[in-house]
Amino acid sequence: MSIVVYTECQNGEFKKNAFEALSYGKQISKDTKQTLIAISINAKDPSILSNYGVEKIISIHNHSLDQFTAQNYANTISQYAKEENVKILVMSSSADSRYIAPLIAVKLNAGLASNVISKPLTYKPLTLKRSCFTNKAYNHTLMKGEINIICVSNNSFGITKSKSEPKIIAADKFSKNDQIKVEAIDRLSGSVSIADADIVISGGRGLKGPENWHLIENLASTLGAATACSKPVSDMGWRPHSEHVGQTGKPVASDLYIAIGVSGAIQHLAGINASKIKVVINNDPEAPFFKAADYGVVGDAFDVVPRLTEKLKAFKNKQ
Amino acid sequence: MKVLVCISNVPDTTSKINFSNEDTTFDTNGVQFIINPNDEFGLTRAIWFQQKNQATVTVVTVGDNSSEPILRKCLAIGADKAIRVDIKPQDGFSVAEELKEICSKDKYDLIICGRESIDYNGGMVPGMLAQMLGIPFVTNCISLDLDQDKIIAKREIDGGIEKVSCSLPIVVGGQKGLVEESDLIIPNMRGIMQARQKPLEVFKSCSSESKSEINKFQKPPLKEGVKFVDPENLDELITLLHNEANVI
Repeated sequence: MSIVVYTECQNGEFKKNAFEALSYGKQISKDTKQTLIAISINAKDPSILSNYGVEKIISIHNHSLDQFTAQNYANTISQYAKEENVKILVMSSSADSRYIAPLIAVKLNAGLASNVISKPLTYKPLTLKRSCFTNKAYNHTLMKGEINIICVSNNSFGITKSKSEPKIIAADKFSKNDQIKVEAIDRLSGSVSIADADIVISGGRGLKGPENWHLIENLASTLGAATACSKPVSDMGWRPHSEHVGQTGKPVASDLYIAIGVSGAIQHLAGINASKIKVVINNDPEAPFFKAADYGVVGDAFDVVPRLTEKLKAFKNKQ
Repeated sequence: MKVLVCISNVPDTTSKINFSNEDTTFDTNGVQFIINPNDEFGLTRAIWFQQKNQATVTVVTVGDNSSEPILRKCLAIGADKAIRVDIKPQDGFSVAEELKEICSKDKYDLIICGRESIDYNGGMVPGMLAQMLGIPFVTNCISLDLDQDKIIAKREIDGGIEKVSCSLPIVVGGQKGLVEESDLIIPNMRGIMQARQKPLEVFKSCSSESKSEINKFQKPPLKEGVKFVDPENLDELITLLHNEANVI
């Protein structure tokens, strides 16, 4: 019996969430004394995983898997997890992992828990703490599968290192399925994606129009941050839907979230609640967002943001 | 073409979330229920297929009779027929099993679900249903078009947009973009009157077993007060973010 972790790569490099999922797996393997095994697909250097206490790495290389498709990835992961007699499969909460986890769950006849935010509360039986109602609440979920799959929320468990000397096993076989054809991929070049960003800068209606978004973009590029927006802003077409964060948009779980000219409707607050530190800049001292903020600046965005950007630039240069 | 739209009955996005029975049950007192927003975008897209491609649109929900008002609303919006599976939903797995049963009674070419429900945010049912039916699944869809017997879909991926094609039948996980917020159909009086005459079938549960159950809820701890920084003293903000919060 084993704990298997799917460690996700993009262009052959491990994503940050791969290390978080593996750290989570290590915790379970320590607590339950089961073997910790990682599965990687087309990773350039799987030995990096030896920094996270893994005992065995199944390193799958196959050009047919260069392009992510849900069916092929789900087939591959379930096949190798099954061979390792998996008891608990740990995955991240990236868009790709959330896409394939339900497919794998059916293939393995496993229980599935998404949005898991802390280590298991108990092991016998397995109970998990999960966020629900878009972070407005948590629940304790009892898992009843023979096998169970845990999708760890991004930036919730953290990354812990521990050195190991894993066996690396090369593999290339999987059962191919080409029903879904990828016709084209349009990557937004040069920008940081909200899901992967440590810092997210978000703008609301207080910015008065799309022509003022350079304020947000300049601050974001100074901090290496992703840009986001509130629902009215995306509904009015000032910004693309992909930037809309909140209950019906994207969830944010960054280390730092800076909201500028966003009043803080309950749906918006729910969506960004998992972020660790929230800074609110708003000229209305009564804006509901201040109640959810760690740091607040009551002031005009058009005055405060350019000055803050300049000061941060100077600060970054000094470091 | 036959389209099935799977609907969740969820608390309105402005609802205050509270729990009763020693934090074991979601307190529905004073809570307004709505069609899950991600499902509503899918329903509107389905109605467009009905208007332009002569598709028939069936909506289905798994829930007790308290979920009938939203099914009537779906009929008023334009769905041809509604189905309710009479059981309180347990978990994603058992709901997917119930839907699989419904799909075995009638053959659907296109099954549209919301990417996730805004209550439990599981995002499990659409993918599980597709896998149980052995048909392809495309999620996070922001556009959906028909090209003879093929579907052309655009879906949001981390940091971009992917265009895929696939033959029918298929399960789609939809979100805003399938149609815009302003495209959503508000039922008119005629629609509401017609909805009363449309079929709403109730099926017994196939009583599949769940693979998980929620036994307790918790609310997040109250936030400590915000620390205000003078807009004339932004250096202090940078110091706080660097030294106290350790985020820059």
